[in-house]
Amino acid sequence: MSHLLTNYYEAASVILFGIGFMNLLLQNNLIKKFIGLNIMDTATYLFLAAKGYVFGRVAPILTNGIIDKDYYINPIPAGLVLTGIVVSVSVTAFSLALVLRLYKHYNSLNMDEILRMMREEEGE
Amino acid sequence: MEHHLNLVHNIPFFSIFFAMFCGIITPLIKNGRTARRLHGFMVLLIGALSVVLLVNVTQNGEAFTFMMGHFPAPWGNELRVGPLEALLAVLVSVVMFLTITGGSDIIFKEIVPEKQNLYFIMLNATFGAMLAMTYTNDIFTGYVFIEILTIASCTLILAKGTKQSIVGTTHYLVFGCMGSGLFLLGVCILYGITGHLLFPQIKEGVAALMATGDYHFALMIVVSLMFVGLGIKSALFPFHSALPTAYGSTMTTSSGILSGLVLKAYVILAIKLTFEVFTVQTLVELKIADVMFVLGVLGMVMGSVYAVRESRMKRMLAYSSVAQIGYIFMGIGLGSVAGMLAACFHVFAHAVTKSMLFVCCGAFIEDAGGKEQLENLKGAAHRNPLAGIGFTVGALSMIGVPLFAGFISKLYFAMAAVEMTGPRLVLVLAALAISMILNAMYFLPSVIAIWTRPKEDGEGASKRAQISSTFALAMVLFIVVNLVLGIGYRPFIDVMKLGIELIQMTL
Amino acid sequence: MSENKSFWQRLKSWIDGEEILIDADKYISTRERKERVSYEKAVSMERLRSNSTLYRVLCVAITVIFIAVMLRVVIDLPMFGDPNGVTVNEVGQRYLEQGIEETGAINFVAGMILDYRAFDTFGESNVLFMAVIAVLMLLQRDKKNTSAAEDQEMAEDEVFDSQDSKLILKKGAKCLAPVVILYGIYVVLNGHLSPGGGFSGGSIIGAGLILYSAANGQKKMQTFFTIKTLTRISVACLLTYCGCKSYSFFTGANHVGWEIPKGTPGAILSSGFILPLNICVGLVVACTMYGFYALFTKGEV
Repeated sequence: MSHLLTNYYEAASVILFGIGFMNLLLQNNLIKKFIGLNIMDTATYLFLAAKGYVFGRVAPILTNGIIDKDYYINPIPAGLVLTGIVVSVSVTAFSLALVLRLYKHYNSLNMDEILRMMREEEGE
Repeated sequence: MEHHLNLVHNIPFFSIFFAMFCGIITPLIKNGRTARRLHGFMVLLIGALSVVLLVNVTQNGEAFTFMMGHFPAPWGNELRVGPLEALLAVLVSVVMFLTITGGSDIIFKEIVPEKQNLYFIMLNATFGAMLAMTYTNDIFTGYVFIEILTIASCTLILAKGTKQSIVGTTHYLVFGCMGSGLFLLGVCILYGITGHLLFPQIKEGVAALMATGDYHFALMIVVSLMFVGLGIKSALFPFHSALPTAYGSTMTTSSGILSGLVLKAYVILAIKLTFEVFTVQTLVELKIADVMFVLGVLGMVMGSVYAVRESRMKRMLAYSSVAQIGYIFMGIGLGSVAGMLAACFHVFAHAVTKSMLFVCCGAFIEDAGGKEQLENLKGAAHRNPLAGIGFTVGALSMIGVPLFAGFISKLYFAMAAVEMTGPRLVLVLAALAISMILNAMYFLPSVIAIWTRPKEDGEGASKRAQISSTFALAMVLFIVVNLVLGIGYRPFIDVMKLGIELIQMTL
Repeated sequence: MSENKSFWQRLKSWIDGEEILIDADKYISTRERKERVSYEKAVSMERLRSNSTLYRVLCVAITVIFIAVMLRVVIDLPMFGDPNGVTVNEVGQRYLEQGIEETGAINFVAGMILDYRAFDTFGESNVLFMAVIAVLMLLQRDKKNTSAAEDQEMAEDEVFDSQDSKLILKKGAKCLAPVVILYGIYVVLNGHLSPGGGFSGGSIIGAGLILYSAANGQKKMQTFFTIKTLTRISVACLLTYCGCKSYSFFTGANHVGWEIPKGTPGAILSSGFILPLNICVGLVVACTMYGFYALFTKGEV
């Protein structure tokens, strides 16, 4: 249990991931579904960022001219998070554009309803 | 160290960058047909270069890594190339070229003219991303290109622009994002416990963890997260539900590319992870192989059962893809080299066959005036005999009739099963038998239907459709490739064996 | 469980009906009718969803189990902030100790993503480019996705826009937009020296453009920024990116030499390709952000 308290960033991030996942499964509203996906992604970035931190060290940008590996935190997770954020921005923009088109066509944001309407149209 | 310029080693790097380069400059080309020519040229060039690469690595029996930049393995990105990767690149080029050649009429008909060039951007990006996923030796590069592939493949689906295709895309995207989210979480935890991102270093780390028994549970969860993620993306059985809606609603050309190649790209990454990161032994020890095996067998049977109940041809083919992906995962799940070999061959057989089926299906639907219910496609083969022959060949290959590619992969699955003992042997053979019967149950009726002349010989019903020369060329080549894989399969198997051996050796 | 039964019954009846195979016509017509009747029930997921309480309970259960399993994993993981953890290894060490010498950037993260692991970052800017092309494909107005009513609505909007004086917004934007854009340019240019870089700076510039466009209307924006400008800037920047990186990958992997001079670390003109790459990425991101805004609001840039 004490491990869980030390790893509280990671613990929070997996709980957030779960919340996002539940949103994705339970919400019928498409925008809320995609918000769920975003929460999942963000949780992962929190996890990564937590993995890069080392107690008592500073951000990986040259300060006071000190070149010492024990002075800065690990720069790799920061870079990965940066890449990940851009990817998730792109996917979010794309999914919202999809939602916009769906709303134009079906006048609804409810995925179940949209599927039902599509079936009905196809069935006839 | 002595360094000399080896141009052949630059081919993988050049292929990826050239594909991306073509994708980037295509927005400047306003004309869809010019964009298509550029795309065709790019695929042919890369295909030819990949053949050179394949011949070279096979003759030398070598696998090499290529530094992406000035920094070696644990610091910079890397590509890894061996016979298996080169062969896969050739496959991707061939299937891409043939599918687009055969299905280009549909692209130009369905997409509004001002957006046709955008479609080719996405095709170029899909191609580049698949090559990158085949060659990469870095897990995070793999993730980035998975995302490119997700966006590009979704755009291929929505390009048709109808309401249904938008719904299909949304469904596909939600599943795709869930898959890549789980994969990314797996990557993060794996990084947390091994401290590396490149395959060889992670492999060392995993081996050390397995030896000491540290993080055993975490490792198990990592492997399941990554494989479930890839499974969702490649439509493994319980996660397949986005596939029929998506493929059913879009152009058959896109479906052919997606089903034939894009699903395979994720499978290829799974195979690479199995060999180059976790090793087969680890998967067996962690019981992940068993889970994959069971899901694969279930997928083989259930995919076919769903397909049997479908009356629309495109959806039927989509469900059939679910079954075929089941075969591949079953092969991986067997946990033996023979199983992996069969899975690799099935990747080839299915890619070649399913794209051909989709292209033919597109031609039928086109001739029937956009209707895709089986009853409307009756006599379709008389309207377009070439597509009819293609579809029949594809169906026979899928069922597993000798002389065609599908037979060989089933043979190798059976051979891999014979090496096993106990319930696995029985399960594999039973699943193969059931799935072959089910395949026959849904493919034969469609074949019979397309060759049956409709009773009321209306004036439009049996009129010959115009067969374009590009379609004819693609179809003939598709059939030839299928027969080559079905009859002259030996060299392919040898190259795959060599590739798998080399992958296992590298640490 | 009744669903299960009906499924098996259907399967069984289907297998029993195998002899129909011989007569394809009849076979297809019978199958067709069956399909119509049971269409709603065919997708088992749908049936599960229609039973909303069961579905909800299942979802909650799955998530709770998932969280519990993941928490168990977290307990196992290396300690947070541990200086001896596995992630603090030779990889990060080289980035920190030799980074300045090898890349010339005093922002170690910029050095890492644009030099050591530049292939990932190349993929990442392509993701952004793909996204904007995908949104263009979806939302740019063409005859398939817009109706006459919508066109009229757009026209009405425009009239309304031009009549509205929007005094505060216009005055505010006039003061703020240049500052915002200038700040964005600063962040981009100092990407290798301080926190920030192409992506953060580019989105700040994009925000400035969006502010300007919101205040002055898209018509005014189109006098200097159209879809042509957007694609040209993006394509030119990505091509530069592609070219620079091909050059450095090619020379690096083949050990050809011809390295780009790194300059004095800390000076604005230093660190080889990192500065031009940051500018390219910044421009692409700025165009993309504005492009998203314009396509989402009006359906054209």
